[in-house]
Amino acid sequence: MKFFTLVWAGLKRKKLRTSLTLLSVFVAFLLFGLLCAIKEAFTAGVSLAGADRLIVRHKVSLIMNLPESYRARIEKIPGVAAVLSFTWFNGVYQNEPRNFFGSFPVSDPAKFFQIYPEYLLPEDQLEAWLKTRTGAIVGRTLAERFGWKIGDRIPLTSPIWPRKNGGAWEFDVVGIYDGAKKGTDTSGFYFRYDYFDEGRARGEGLVGWYGVKIEDPDHAAEVAAAIDAEFANSPYETKSEPEGAFIQGFAQQIGDIGTILIAILSAVFFTILLVAGNTMAQSVRERTEELGVLKAMGFSNGLVLTIVLLESCLLTALGGLTGLGAAWLIAARGSPVPNMLPVFYLPLQYVGIGVGLVLALGLVAGIVPALQAMRLQIAVALRRNA
Amino acid sequence: MTANNGTLVRVQGVDKIFRRGSEEIHVLKGLNLEVPKGEFLALMGPSGSGKSTLLNLIGGLDRPTRGVVEIGGERIDQMSDRELAAWRSRHVGLVFQFYNLLPVLNAHRNVELPLLLTHLTKAERSKHVDTALKVVGLSHRARHYPRTLSGGEQQRVGIARAIVTDPTLLLCDEPTGDLDRKSGDEVLSLLQALSREHGKTIIMVTHDPHASARATRTLHLDKGQLTDEPVK
Ligand SMILES: Nc1ncnc2c1ncn2[C@@H]1O[C@H](COP(=O)(O)OP(=O)(O)OP(=O)(O)O)[C@@H](O)[C@H]1O
Ligand SMILES: [Mg+2]
Repeated sequence: MKFFTLVWAGLKRKKLRTSLTLLSVFVAFLLFGLLCAIKEAFTAGVSLAGADRLIVRHKVSLIMNLPESYRARIEKIPGVAAVLSFTWFNGVYQNEPRNFFGSFPVSDPAKFFQIYPEYLLPEDQLEAWLKTRTGAIVGRTLAERFGWKIGDRIPLTSPIWPRKNGGAWEFDVVGIYDGAKKGTDTSGFYFRYDYFDEGRARGEGLVGWYGVKIEDPDHAAEVAAAIDAEFANSPYETKSEPEGAFIQGFAQQIGDIGTILIAILSAVFFTILLVAGNTMAQSVRERTEELGVLKAMGFSNGLVLTIVLLESCLLTALGGLTGLGAAWLIAARGSPVPNMLPVFYLPLQYVGIGVGLVLALGLVAGIVPALQAMRLQIAVALRRNA
Repeated sequence: MTANNGTLVRVQGVDKIFRRGSEEIHVLKGLNLEVPKGEFLALMGPSGSGKSTLLNLIGGLDRPTRGVVEIGGERIDQMSDRELAAWRSRHVGLVFQFYNLLPVLNAHRNVELPLLLTHLTKAERSKHVDTALKVVGLSHRARHYPRTLSGGEQQRVGIARAIVTDPTLLLCDEPTGDLDRKSGDEVLSLLQALSREHGKTIIMVTHDPHASARATRTLHLDKGQLTDEPVK
């Protein structure tokens, strides 16, 4: 692109002004990238949720428990492929409240990876888990966070579930699972229900909720209704819903993250548009004679328009792409708050949207000055000299 | 592109009227001019008499209100903006009183600008730029930025930029107007050499009799028309 020097020269003219504008655009896109990562962190579960899974919980509240005996009854309902119970354990490592992560006893380890194919565990590690009552499997992110390895013995305390003998719960790491794709939460800690139920001081026979794999996602509503009907009018009535709806409901308790982020970003981009637009307008105004000279040499109106637009796009691209890059690097280093937002990365589709925004911003900020430059009359532009 | 009789520029019955609000300024009135190929013509006249206006019409930077402007047999007054731009890039080299170099580009890049509109490769462009800078005697200043050059040097870069495309016509609007006598003389010698040795057709607007003395012919603009005699 032989006109590049000319475009580039336009930006070099006022280095301080260009640098300040670049910095604002950089910050805006850094913010954009990080907010997208945060939004993704809040909603990751929803998009990854299995369409073929239901969550069965207590009708009144998620924090109320259900009998473990339901598992066998749910399994018999037509359309159900497999059932697993979970309980919110709230385990804390080394008695340090910050060392908190999702930890759950699961009732049927053999079925775990069948119901949750997004988690990958080597065959021999699964066998070890089935053989070891105190065995636990740990997600890759969590294992890396604390430097745990297979064979480590991990003591956890739970404020909800104290142990009969009063001491800490002890678990043997028998496996470390990975996510089948990017964005899969691998910060979980899963251990065996039999070990848990036998050891706990109270609440024997109770579990938190069930994860149910169904045979046909198209019949999710019918199967959910059948499960709830099965336990209607019992002391423990259930509420069954697709996993995606469940996670979404959970995220919505925190607020409609998406709307808030869009509001913030709109304000940011509006400001940036003014900053970049002003820079371009000034740049063109200062160069009236120069643009006149270029036209006098034979640069066509369209070419002058293109050069100003390219300059504007180069300005936003330099600031915007480095901002997106910085956001990507920061996100790639992992979650700054792993116990709150275990999944933290910048999905490629948001990078794509960001690149689109960079371009749109450049075009919108540059269009008015570019049109002015295009319409500039040579004789008038050159007379400004006199 | 020379017309049969060797006339390069033919201006016939040209009127130029500027409108400023309700006010009309009738700058050129039925003006006629013929410039043969290879001539070095000086245009003189009082300030505001319309010298720059006439030069702009000949260079295709503006259009007459009435009349014919024909260069090398082409009616440039009838061309569209786009056609005019392309025509200028091929046929006109412009030299300005205040040089009008781009301050952010070095001498080499400034001279290269008109060549960006051609299909030449980077290497070919570089060769042309080197030649043009050599003609104006500034090969050793190629990497210098305008602000590090003297006025006379800047104007010579301006001339190099004007001739780098080997245009049919060189139009200079007070090329020595902002220079001291010595630098001015250098620029005038250069223009004279371009005319004599390279056969360039040059039209130069000037206030300076010293400058017009270097030209092959001098015309005076008065009351919208050209005369051979200076205005009393
Ligand atoms: N674009 C324009 N709009 C309105 N008036 C103009 C325009 N261009 C020139 N004029 C007027 O036309 C007249 C001639 O202007 P021009 O610049 O051609 O004079 P000049 O002979 O070159 O003068 P100088 O020696 O000062 O450069 C002046 O009165 C000027 O104000
Ligand atoms: Mg003038």
